[in-house]
Amino acid sequence: MAPINRRHIFTAVLLAAVAGCLALAPAAMADFFTPESGGSPNADRIDTLYKIVFAVGIVVFVGVEGTLLYTLIKFRARKGAVAAQIHGNTRLEIGWTVGAALILVVLAAVTFIALPGIRDPENSSAEASALVQPVSAHGEKRVPPDGKALNIEVTGQQYVWRYTYPDGDDNPLNNPYSYEEMVVPVGATVTLDIRSLDVAHAWWIPELGGKMDAIPGYTNYTWFKATKPGVFRGQCAELCGRNHANMVAQVRAVPPAEYQQYIERLSNDIAAANADAAESRRKLDADPQATP
Amino acid sequence: MAADTATTPTLAPVPQITAHEVTRERTGLIDWLTTTDHKKIGILYLVTTFAFFLIGGVEALMMRLQLGTAENTLLDPSTFNALFTMHGTTMIFLFVVPIMAGFGNYFVPLMIGARDMAFPRLNALSYWLLLAGGVVFYASLFFSPPEAGWTMYTPLSNETFSEGGGVDAWIFLVHLTGLSSLVGAINFYVTIANMRAPGMGWGRLPLFVWTILVYAILLILALPVIAGAVTLLLTDRHFGTHFYDPTEGGSPLLWQHLFWFFGHPEVYIMVLPGFGIISEVLPVFARKPIFGYKAIAASSVVIAFLGLLVWAHHMFTTPSPTVVLVFFMMSSFLIGIPTGIKIFNWIATLWRGTIEFKTPLIFAIGFLSQFTIGGITGIIVAIFPVDWQLHDTYFVVAHFHYTLMGGAVFAIFAGLYYWFPKISGRMMNETLGKWSFALMYIGFNLTFLIQHTIGMDGMPRRVYEYPDVGNLVLYNRISTVGAFILGLGILLTVINVLRSVKRGPVAGPDPWKANTLEWFSPSPPPANNFDVVPRVRSVEPMKDIRRQIAHATGSGTPEAPPAPESLVRG
Repeated sequence: MAPINRRHIFTAVLLAAVAGCLALAPAAMADFFTPESGGSPNADRIDTLYKIVFAVGIVVFVGVEGTLLYTLIKFRARKGAVAAQIHGNTRLEIGWTVGAALILVVLAAVTFIALPGIRDPENSSAEASALVQPVSAHGEKRVPPDGKALNIEVTGQQYVWRYTYPDGDDNPLNNPYSYEEMVVPVGATVTLDIRSLDVAHAWWIPELGGKMDAIPGYTNYTWFKATKPGVFRGQCAELCGRNHANMVAQVRAVPPAEYQQYIERLSNDIAAANADAAESRRKLDADPQATP
Repeated sequence: MAADTATTPTLAPVPQITAHEVTRERTGLIDWLTTTDHKKIGILYLVTTFAFFLIGGVEALMMRLQLGTAENTLLDPSTFNALFTMHGTTMIFLFVVPIMAGFGNYFVPLMIGARDMAFPRLNALSYWLLLAGGVVFYASLFFSPPEAGWTMYTPLSNETFSEGGGVDAWIFLVHLTGLSSLVGAINFYVTIANMRAPGMGWGRLPLFVWTILVYAILLILALPVIAGAVTLLLTDRHFGTHFYDPTEGGSPLLWQHLFWFFGHPEVYIMVLPGFGIISEVLPVFARKPIFGYKAIAASSVVIAFLGLLVWAHHMFTTPSPTVVLVFFMMSSFLIGIPTGIKIFNWIATLWRGTIEFKTPLIFAIGFLSQFTIGGITGIIVAIFPVDWQLHDTYFVVAHFHYTLMGGAVFAIFAGLYYWFPKISGRMMNETLGKWSFALMYIGFNLTFLIQHTIGMDGMPRRVYEYPDVGNLVLYNRISTVGAFILGLGILLTVINVLRSVKRGPVAGPDPWKANTLEWFSPSPPPANNFDVVPRVRSVEPMKDIRRQIAHATGSGTPEAPPAPESLVRG
């Protein structure tokens, strides 16, 4: 059979790639080419940083692949063509080394400019200022400039997340807590202390910023500030066992008043459950055969 | 033949082989089991590792089948976890790393004009240790295969959370294949350092041999670390130690550091010999000397050095100080420079050449175009604030498959199509080869390009199911379809090999009119490779030899088209 024309191969591949992109275009939301964002300023800033880097990447991609494609078409073997016997060019070598280095310097500069806004918590909005309390910075734990945040402990275990909310006193044993769904007030800067009870997990709500590992024996820190009410979904991002895929998490951002009601209800529910349990224990102590 | 020419190649004294007794040549199975010939060991390596590649590929297809739709119940979570653990382990420890040793075994002695490796029996030991590692690991299928991922993060891989012998089988695999690679690496190093043909200084060493040399050095530096790390894991699991146990003062992060101190150099161990293959294939089919020989050789060394300093970029989401994250971001950036230099030099090699689109070259182009994408996404994930979003998602899966599958594996296929005539004495079918490439190229990009988006949409890696939200089902289905097209393409190459090994047209010693010494020997080369070892006067000794012959016999231009079927079309 006639050998396949090389031009046809590459044209076909190119067309397939372009057609694939076009076919997907209607489905493409704004987030097709970028990470999730929109829930918290740090997620938005990661998104912006990504877009800048991605733009540089696209330029490099088009430059390299375009040159490659041009070379393949222009310098394909033809009758009478003779290959130039060139062994190298020092100036060219220096040129593209410096060029590559310059691109990286630019990317590093952009990253360092963007880093504080992503890493360091910002002040809470006025609407939630009543709900935040002074939090102290230590080690890698960073706090907003005004020193106030809603500090929630996130504890991972196979295969559920537990959230312990602050209650204003120093005793951590009587704090309200919830599993799987975290409720936070819109506008409050939430700082998280992330820990694990068993294996490594990773806390990640894509629209609220990057992920942080929960490693047993360590405390990891991150933050977010929900800018609008809504439910933000995520899941454990570090392999933690068979049900890793089902270790989901969600953050529900609510108006500050609703948050206070939620915490009150949570405290009351926990107090009621504790009272019930105490009652059952008392009954069982008196008569081991009793139905608790 | 070169001995007849006007300028007879001079022979330096080579180690003499003294026969103490005449033994009958072994044949058949016994021959394969007892051989110390580097070429037969090379073939054993190539066949064994390719078989593991197919097994690892089937595992990948099973995973893609499971992920073809949301909330699929085809596989249960433990099977799925075992599949990705075995897929990763197989592809890394039993395919990419050792197949490079296979090519190295077969071609390093031939390319440097040696008659065998420096330590032929040690060489055989390398192979049998590798096979033992693979067998021990796959034996765990019959009790409880490991489920903790190829990275075996503690505490998940501790006895408490991973009962059964699966993780132990994995530890033994790491030890056995590690010993195999270590012994092999020392063998490569000694062979390359001491057994080069007369005249072959370091500046005339073929670029593939350069990369095998760097590969060997990296193995020697990185493997002892993982050997120590897995031994600590073994004692943690069974002998009451607590190196990685946080409840007793140990540290899970210690494992991550030790693992990646090996794990990242391992990435370059896998891809550097692939770079070497590309550096051999491009000049042959562009009919042009390699552009920037020194820059390409030096960049391999620089990549290896920097490759030892970037390990914690796998740990950007762990509790680590910012200064550590910054250091590893910058070192990862730096590695982009020598890698970029390589890509620019390869394209410059094609520039103003007369490019013959044979299958090896087409695979090399596939490598170039795909590895570039992997390199660019590599810079993106090196930026740690961005990596906080991308880490442990399908974006990362896409990134490293672009470097390892689109990069290293396409280079391996280029090498396979390039060297098959030398190994078997027969040509592969070009049409089938090109179809195989087309399917692999389309299939690969269909599978993995969309995975960048899957990851950015919030899907972590290593999940056996996902909810039906957004376009996840559509994207995953595209990826699954692509994976099967990719599999079909690989199958075509398998068929091509099986057909050609018996029925392909006879290749002759130098079907491509290539540049390096392996083409000086008949195809397949006889035991001890060469009757005479020519003196090497440049980085392209075969080109010199052809020129000498043309000059001596007056048979026209030395750069005439190689074989009738490869005549270019106008």
